[in-house]
Amino acid sequence: MEITTKKITSLRVEHITKRFPGVLASDDISLSIAEGEILALVGENGAGKTTLMNILMGLYQCDEGRILINDEEVKFRSPNDAFAAGLGMVHQQYMLVPNMTVLENIALGYKNAWFPFKLDMQMVSDRIEEVSKKYGLSVDPKAYIWQLSVGEQQRVELVKTLCLGARFLILDEPTSALTPQETDELIVLLKRMASELSIIFISHKLQEVKDLSNKIVILRHGAVVFEGNTNDHSPSDIAALMTGHEVELPQNDAPPCKGEVVLDIRDLNVKSDRGFLALKDLNLSIRSGEIVGLAGVSGNGQRELSEAINGLRKVESGEILFFGNNLANKSPHHVIEAGMGYIPEERNTEGIVPSFSMKENLILKDASHSEFSNHSFLKNKVIDQNATDLRVKFDIRSPNISVSAGSLSGGNIQKVILARELSRKPKFLIAVYPIRGLDLGAAEFIHKQLLEKRKEGIGILLVSEELDEILDLSDRVAVIFKGQIQKVLNRKDANRRSLGILMAGVKDDQTV
Amino acid sequence: MNFIVNILSLGIPFSVALLIASLGEMFNQRAGIFNLGCEGIMAMGAFLGMLVPYSIAQGGPTSGIYNILGLVLAMVVGALFGLLFGFVVVTFRAPQGIAGIGLQMFGVGTAGTLFRHFVGGTQSIPGIDNLPIPGLSKIPLLGPIFFSHNLLVYLAFLFVPVAWYILFKTPWGLKVRAVGTNPRAADSIGIQVNKVRFQALAVGGALAGLAGAYLSLAQAKMFSDEIIAGRGFIAVALVYFGHWHPVKIMAGALLFSLAQSLQLAIQGQGINFPYEFAVMLPYVMVILVLAFSRESQLLGPTALGQPFNREKRT
Amino acid sequence: MTKQFRIIYKVSIIILAILAAMLIGAIILWAIGADVLKTYGVILFEPLKSTLQLSEVLLRAIPLTIIALGISVAYRSGIINIGAEGQMAMGILGTTAIALLFPDLPRAVLIPMAVLSGAVCGAFWGFIPGILKAKLQVSELLSTVMLNYIAAQFYTFFLRGPMLDPAEITMGSGTPQSMRLSKNLWLDRFLPGTRLHTGIFFALILALLIYLLLWKTSFGYKMRAAGASSRAARYGGINVTWYLVIAMAISGAFAGMAGAIEIAGVHRRAIEGITGGYGFSGIVVALFGGLHPAGIIPASFFFGLLIVGADMTQRMVGVPANMVNVLQGIIILVIVATKMILADPYLMEKVWRKYQKRTHRLKEVQA
Repeated sequence: MEITTKKITSLRVEHITKRFPGVLASDDISLSIAEGEILALVGENGAGKTTLMNILMGLYQCDEGRILINDEEVKFRSPNDAFAAGLGMVHQQYMLVPNMTVLENIALGYKNAWFPFKLDMQMVSDRIEEVSKKYGLSVDPKAYIWQLSVGEQQRVELVKTLCLGARFLILDEPTSALTPQETDELIVLLKRMASELSIIFISHKLQEVKDLSNKIVILRHGAVVFEGNTNDHSPSDIAALMTGHEVELPQNDAPPCKGEVVLDIRDLNVKSDRGFLALKDLNLSIRSGEIVGLAGVSGNGQRELSEAINGLRKVESGEILFFGNNLANKSPHHVIEAGMGYIPEERNTEGIVPSFSMKENLILKDASHSEFSNHSFLKNKVIDQNATDLRVKFDIRSPNISVSAGSLSGGNIQKVILARELSRKPKFLIAVYPIRGLDLGAAEFIHKQLLEKRKEGIGILLVSEELDEILDLSDRVAVIFKGQIQKVLNRKDANRRSLGILMAGVKDDQTV
Repeated sequence: MNFIVNILSLGIPFSVALLIASLGEMFNQRAGIFNLGCEGIMAMGAFLGMLVPYSIAQGGPTSGIYNILGLVLAMVVGALFGLLFGFVVVTFRAPQGIAGIGLQMFGVGTAGTLFRHFVGGTQSIPGIDNLPIPGLSKIPLLGPIFFSHNLLVYLAFLFVPVAWYILFKTPWGLKVRAVGTNPRAADSIGIQVNKVRFQALAVGGALAGLAGAYLSLAQAKMFSDEIIAGRGFIAVALVYFGHWHPVKIMAGALLFSLAQSLQLAIQGQGINFPYEFAVMLPYVMVILVLAFSRESQLLGPTALGQPFNREKRT
Repeated sequence: MTKQFRIIYKVSIIILAILAAMLIGAIILWAIGADVLKTYGVILFEPLKSTLQLSEVLLRAIPLTIIALGISVAYRSGIINIGAEGQMAMGILGTTAIALLFPDLPRAVLIPMAVLSGAVCGAFWGFIPGILKAKLQVSELLSTVMLNYIAAQFYTFFLRGPMLDPAEITMGSGTPQSMRLSKNLWLDRFLPGTRLHTGIFFALILALLIYLLLWKTSFGYKMRAAGASSRAARYGGINVTWYLVIAMAISGAFAGMAGAIEIAGVHRRAIEGITGGYGFSGIVVALFGGLHPAGIIPASFFFGLLIVGADMTQRMVGVPANMVNVLQGIIILVIVATKMILADPYLMEKVWRKYQKRTHRLKEVQA
């Protein structure tokens, strides 16, 4: 079947504005992209990149502004309009139905194959083959999505957009879930496709922005702060423009610690939700007064590890020795009482009870303790005082202590969680993606707190996707890959290259 | 042997109401919505089904056309109830469990109110007669079990493969399945999630109404407050542990109805088993099956029960 | 956005909701040709016209309060209890059993024992769906409904069998009911000429206890946390499944106690039809009362009013008493929809912005 959409020689957005309650997501954004260009849309978390792309794809309606394709104004009321104009998007979270096949997922958008009482699957199948051959993207139409790996699913998404006639491709954080090797493959593929299509991709990874794009637009707080050619600027220039000032998060430059091993994980085997082993004979030990960073592409067992340590997931075999006591398969309450502090990955659903007030959240783990309750009756005055003190100490910006925790901004929610955990005087802290999505001010505060606790002799396991954060804070860096610790490097040996290789699964660095 | 034939030949028509209602609920749940109000819609269907022939003939003989009108009326009103439910849980995104109970109370109450006003008492109607298939119904054993029922019974079982085809082989079925499993993905590819859900609710409501009408027209041949006896709720449970698949749902419907016909057969034999415990059987069975069925998440609509909000940022 | 606007916005929505509910009810009334305004008038105002009727309203409010309190405990702990009908029935069986077995115990001993027995039986019937959900992930919506039907059969079995009034056997009239229970069980009726009994004070005390439990104790705090965000509660070390089971048991116990009080205060024997929809009405009362004792008490009064009023409509305007179920169903649908509207910040902002545009345009015109 012929590709029926017109070639897109130019795409412009002018003065796009979009508001959500309390947030100006897009602030008078204008940008343009010409035929065959690859534009990188760059910015920190929350800068408004995904919102803008969703407007382009007809998923959101802009409050003001317009979109022009080939110099004609277009109105996209739904994704169908965007498809008809030749736009296609691969979202950060793949838009695939897991319990349907590749064929069915693509048929879902392929309206030409829809007849009143019948689906012409053969037509869809032929189209898939045509696209696969043309771009060198092979997929198995009969496979169920849940059977495919993350990289394979992405390929399905690409094939899907091309089958639906995309002449203009939008990719949202395309490499966030890929290993460095898969990332290289993708970059080669996209460069090849650029000869036929224009591409916008969203990223906050400066290296691939440099590798792939020829034009760059930087967003900050919903507005365009910079537009230019990629080749004219260095990564550090771009980074500075992204954040607004020189990147200056606190660094760990203290001497290596000499403390005892306090958390000793031995031969740990833990299953994932799907039933197969997420952690395989994992070994890791952490001393008091040291920060061990856990680096790795998300999905390699980080979640299962932090859950297992905190009693939230069953341990099939192995031990988790905490100050000599085995915590494996004990209840979360037991682990908490043993002195474990935990800043979980999802602050809104795991860290706080959003409908409860700030002061109530601060006693979440201690409601029964004699400190806050007398024979089960809550000591309201003490609870209030506790909240007032912590609010000051941790600089939590909120109207008062009775406001619902869910209404606070991300940074302040994280501060509430941090305040609660640290005020309990934990013997150890597990921090999972602690500054994800936060502004620099909050991030700086949290990193400072972590470094202080380290000085006080508390051991910290820092799980993060951001190599910068890991490199800034860690004494030692452990790389996790497919449920095992590949290697643990000392701070001086850890850098982007050495970590990148380990994250891809290569155990020994053969190519020094 | 007669005993077993009895149970089976009773069990099959007993399963029809449950089967039809469950297949309707299957479309609802596949689209991501569970409708506990099914019981209320069935009550309305039961009343409306018998209202037409009763109004014409006050319990005397009428022609089949009035029965058909009753069935149609039941389906139309059932679809409207389904849409009303959609208004509450899709448009307003209210929690489906409680809203379903509200719809159930509304349906049962309205059916009771209208019944008392327009009919009253315990009026019976001639209802729908049995239609033995010529030739086949004379086969010993198999004849009485499978081929001596009324038209609706045959149609109901024929609907099972039809439902399968609609769900798995048509564009609409594809949309329904997508919308109930990953509504975001469906939305991003241009499918109107809420519209498809309304459509599924209308279909589910129409079938629930039809199931209720079957009970009053073909099975009990009358209407009473207790006529539905929890079948609407059982239908919702059935879809769940029939893994949202028409064939498994049919098997489940037959299973529960056999429990019911077993109770009658025991009574008939004069076995000294307390009546009330026999009546309890199907309900106990539901609980046992719910307790011991393995969750097969992979097969079913993973977005079941979650309202869809495009503007909601994850 | 001004505070004034917020208040006006929310109040307007609530008023619209009430009107919508009355309108839908009016449709049904119109379908049976009833005088809509007169019907609503009878339902809402007629029972208030005499002391006797008023006492009947309060009489209905007592079990409604107790059941709704139990349901709100469960709801706030994250589990929905549709099984109050069955739990109440089991509670009645428990109470009747004690009263039949020990009719000669002094009042001060018999009444607490009987009520306790009712509570225990109800708690057991609530415990079952609780543990099924906790251990086997069985939806409580379905299990509680099934248990209602099962309990109804148990109830009938006992009433026609072991608990049947011996007088019925000899007279052969076959009414399924127990014999008149010992006077030692009876609760005092303190308003002469009416059936209003001391159980009303018991209900009020229970309301206070629930308030203290949920908002003033660490136990209640954990229950509410488990219901508000089970995931965060679990991460916080709270044993969510355990609290879920306890909540269902408490909920069942309350329904059982409501049954006990009805027997001891009103009927003085176990008969058919006592539960009379209280289990479902209790759900509406709980929702209407905002799941809080302070709201549940007036809500029970209101729904007691509806029930008594609807009883009168058959006689006065020819509207069957089933209308009360219609209204209750409508109210549930309207409440849940309204809650979502009130909780939608987008909508409020959109309305605010439109209002601002309107007023600015007016200001420009005036200038």
